[in-house]
Amino acid sequence: MTTGSFPQTRGANYRRRKFVNGVMLTLTGVATLLAVFPLVWIISYVVLEGGRFLSLDFFTQLPTPVGVPGGGVANAILGSAMVVGIACVIAMPISLVAAFYVTDHPNTPLGVAVRFGTDVLAGIPSIVMGIFAYTVVVLPQRHFSAFSGGFALAIIMTPIVLRTTEEMLKLVPRNLREGALALGAPEWKTSLQVLLPAALNGVVTGVMLGIARVAGEAAPMIFTAFGNPFFSTDPNQPIATLPHTIYVYAISPYKDWHDKAWTTALVLIAFVLGLNVLARVLTARQAHQWSGN
Amino acid sequence: MATDHSERLRVFTRALANREESSDAAAGVAGKPHQTKIQVRDMSFYYGTSRALESINIDFPEHYITAIIGPSGCGKSTLLRTLNRMSDLVPHTRIEGQILLDGEDLTAPSVDVVDVRRRVGMVFQRPNPFPKSIYDNLVFGPRLLGMNDRAALDAIVERSLRGAALWDEVKDKLHTSGLALSGGQQQRLCIARAMAIEPEVILMDEPASALDPIATFKIEELMQSLRERYTIIIVTHNMQQAARVSDYTAFMSWQAVAALSYNAPSAERDGSSANVTKSQAGRIIEFGSTRQIFTTPKEKETEDYITGRFG
Repeated sequence: MTTGSFPQTRGANYRRRKFVNGVMLTLTGVATLLAVFPLVWIISYVVLEGGRFLSLDFFTQLPTPVGVPGGGVANAILGSAMVVGIACVIAMPISLVAAFYVTDHPNTPLGVAVRFGTDVLAGIPSIVMGIFAYTVVVLPQRHFSAFSGGFALAIIMTPIVLRTTEEMLKLVPRNLREGALALGAPEWKTSLQVLLPAALNGVVTGVMLGIARVAGEAAPMIFTAFGNPFFSTDPNQPIATLPHTIYVYAISPYKDWHDKAWTTALVLIAFVLGLNVLARVLTARQAHQWSGN
Repeated sequence: MATDHSERLRVFTRALANREESSDAAAGVAGKPHQTKIQVRDMSFYYGTSRALESINIDFPEHYITAIIGPSGCGKSTLLRTLNRMSDLVPHTRIEGQILLDGEDLTAPSVDVVDVRRRVGMVFQRPNPFPKSIYDNLVFGPRLLGMNDRAALDAIVERSLRGAALWDEVKDKLHTSGLALSGGQQQRLCIARAMAIEPEVILMDEPASALDPIATFKIEELMQSLRERYTIIIVTHNMQQAARVSDYTAFMSWQAVAALSYNAPSAERDGSSANVTKSQAGRIIEFGSTRQIFTTPKEKETEDYITGRFG
């Protein structure tokens, strides 16, 4: 046991290699910690700052004026739900159907163009989408609205949902599609009745990732949904949203509004984080479904 | 070499002899009247500009099992897939000549591929049940045809499963996932699924190559029982399987190497097309009764292939 039968384990060369290995391992470890650190820092800070004022009222009450204690952001929660809902209604059919096309015809000119286009679209800053929606929806209508906000978010959402769905559809074994076609199924029925159910987890994941992404967008809301201190369910009227509320509270000079900004941020982060985790679980399940076969 | 050759022939003769005792005699194959189900006339097939099949002429007899054998890449799968127009799925392909199903040209532009595929069913190399229940797998085809009556669908499910010799194994779990079955059971489920829409012809593309010997045996046994009702055309790499199960055998070959594969994972993944590296086309070298092909082949190339002296 103790005999040094391996000459490499004794010399100076061995000690040097061991030392270098230790240094490198430490460096990669530190870098990894640094990469995770911001997330932990942000979440703990927001929880500490925002958690103090979290109460049931925060979810059910309207905002109160400066200096008046209590109140909540119920209108912004409802507003965010509405604007994101509108975005889903616009973006989902388009991106899902397009994803089927791109998956089935990856090398046609249109397929290539769509994939390239969505990659470019995904890289455009969200504030540009806001200005775009302002120009094509708000200006002709002559007023801000929940609908214009949903429109802006739909453009941001489309590439995310499309590309995630495409990746998930690609995971479905190709011979499944052949099996359906060989039974005399037309292509659209094959997509709808075989491929979509087979990739359903993945498709839902794509939609959730898209929602998580756009739910936190404040910049486009400045030009579109605009904000509203009251309850509103009218898609044609300005409406409050969570990220926009954070923005308004945070840039105000009042201490109690700053506190509310933190609490609102906590609500938003919890929602987005929850969606992301759920999406992760579903994606893992989808990949697992086919790996065993 | 010579002993090896005669040994090989003995193996096939034995396989054929075993057949004689069991199914052949019972089914009375020899006495059955001959009718052509699918007639391929001067058919050539192109991937883009490269020719994969050249002047194919063959008559597939009705209610018999015809095996297509030949080296990898000679176009066996391509030929099989032209018979129900599954070849259309690869872009930039073209069929020349005629393929007559009961005298009707199924390559004609006016023909609806959906109709062709309902009459000519297909079973693939890898079992591909839909990720649905066993029941839903089987009623998928009938529902496409507009059948919605629950009792009628139940009857189809039972009949198809009995036909595929799977009923006893799954009758108590019809509503569990088809993916939960074993590989052999999955393949028999796929055969049952093809039978559920009552096709006239069933194409099988190496249906047992992904299965273990016992599951393979069950599939082969099943094919014998299906022959009465369907015309079966099977592509196989396994020559003993061809000798065991088929009544007629077509031997295909190619002139130079045409590395063309539907089954390669890369072709499945990129979805673009099968891999074609050479333009030399596959041809039918010899077609005849399985007994004749395996015992007294007329062509030197056939003999070389079945005795393992090919290439």
